[in-house]
Amino acid sequence: MEFLFLLATIGLILGLKFMGDPAKAVLGNAVAAISVVIALIGVTITSYSPENGAGTFNIVLVVCLLAAGGIIGRVLAVRVPMTGMPQLVAMLNGFGGLAAVVIALIEGIAHPIGDDMRMNGGLLLLSAVFGGVAFTGSLVAHSKLEGKKLPKAKRGHILAARILLWAMVVLFAAYMLAPGPIMPFTTLLILIAVLSLIYGALFTLPIGGADMPVLICFLVALHGIVALLAGLFFNDTVMLIGGVLVGATGSLLTIAMSKAMNRSLGSVLKGVIKRDTGGSEREQDIRPISAPETASLLAFSKQVAIIPGYGMAVSQAQGVCQEMQVMLERMGATVHYIIHPVAGRMPGHMNVLLAEANVDYDLIMAMEDVNDVMDRYDAVLVIGANDVVNPAAETDPNSSIHGMPIIRAYASKQVIVLKRGMATGYSGEMNLLFDRANCRLLFGDARSSLRTIIDELKRI
Amino acid sequence: MEFTYHITAIDGLFILAMSLLLGFEVIKNVPAVLHTPLMSGSNAISGIILFGGLIQLMSTPPERIWVIVFASIAVLLGAMNISGGFFVTHRMLSMFQVNKKKVPAKK
Repeated sequence: MEFLFLLATIGLILGLKFMGDPAKAVLGNAVAAISVVIALIGVTITSYSPENGAGTFNIVLVVCLLAAGGIIGRVLAVRVPMTGMPQLVAMLNGFGGLAAVVIALIEGIAHPIGDDMRMNGGLLLLSAVFGGVAFTGSLVAHSKLEGKKLPKAKRGHILAARILLWAMVVLFAAYMLAPGPIMPFTTLLILIAVLSLIYGALFTLPIGGADMPVLICFLVALHGIVALLAGLFFNDTVMLIGGVLVGATGSLLTIAMSKAMNRSLGSVLKGVIKRDTGGSEREQDIRPISAPETASLLAFSKQVAIIPGYGMAVSQAQGVCQEMQVMLERMGATVHYIIHPVAGRMPGHMNVLLAEANVDYDLIMAMEDVNDVMDRYDAVLVIGANDVVNPAAETDPNSSIHGMPIIRAYASKQVIVLKRGMATGYSGEMNLLFDRANCRLLFGDARSSLRTIIDELKRI
Repeated sequence: MEFTYHITAIDGLFILAMSLLLGFEVIKNVPAVLHTPLMSGSNAISGIILFGGLIQLMSTPPERIWVIVFASIAVLLGAMNISGGFFVTHRMLSMFQVNKKKVPAKK
């Protein structure tokens, strides 16, 4: 049986390693999944203890639950449209978080922990806290991604969240220093679990849509830490290593994402945005363009680049976009896609969408690779992206996004921005790109605009 | 509760330190295309928290109804997290895979 666990642990590590390599990623996912199943069977067998009164009932129950969970999970995974991916990941992460809280509560209540078992008690408290935050945090993230109306975050929320956080820290420290005198462990555990559930919701509330990639990674990392703590508590190496791996992946992605936005992790998590747009508020000089005009412009372009953003996901324009790309290619143009690291609501969100629309992997450029040669593009189509092409990030030191790396769309010969209206991007910053002489705006829903362009192209 | 193997606190810390280093080593330098699958895959792995629920379920007599009920909820949620996570990751990755096969065909 120990051998099974060893196998599972190695499998998890290798699986995750393979998942970082495009050629082996499918294999990696399968290896990781099989390892988890092996470990699952192993844990079920080794923890079966008839001497504690467990019997056939328990075995049947466990098998049924695992099968039911497996089937529900599969249905969810198959049903979800690719644009709903961030929501699903957030929801699944929430499930795991809730499971962690429940497990910690059961453990603390059913098997009383004496005051001499401070380490174990501490582990339980911590995993209840992290699990609770991961649960409600993921739920709020899920609702935000679904576009549900949530109460606007006020200063009071942020303050309350901070007080809750300190309350939890103090309670935890008090327990670790001198367990017992304040309240019995069970009460403390329940109290801290409730506090963490409230805290999770409060702390996620002010975090804005564009910061979702960072938030989701952070919540996944939290969940990993919970598994790590539970692994220590239950003496289970597979859980411990799995938790560490997830924690590490989550943290690395969190850091990578906040770097790509040039914001410190702290400021993202506090939901703080610099609002001092000092002096840059003014009327903008905008040159609109019609869809037929855009089509003829594209027809005469040799090098075309498409910069997709969250707006493309919203209007589900990826399929039409690919159609247009194929069409332009047939007319002799080269079409590239340029993706900003934080475009969309989840790391790599745009890559997934384009892959769904059968866009060739080779056509997708990373921002760093093309930024210095943007002038070679005759036309750049910005579809539903805003802040990631705003030159204010480079030129206006007062801008809240100043310093964030952007795609230098302005450096190309002609920029056409597909926009629904004059609303600003998430940052609330005015887009200085629109002022540039080589920028024109095509108003309307991205999908129908692209549709019109295709029809026009057919006529040419 | 009985386990087939035991680790002491210091063993645990050793494993923790080693796997932390390992964890960072394993997943640095991941290309952006794989960020989403990597995240949803690791999210699936984190569902192994349900082992805790399994251990509780397998060592509790059926008479302790509340423990059974709540541990069952935890196990069910964890199982959903694991299977949903892996299946969705697979779905995403197979989309990338299809595209890669197409590229050589075109050239």
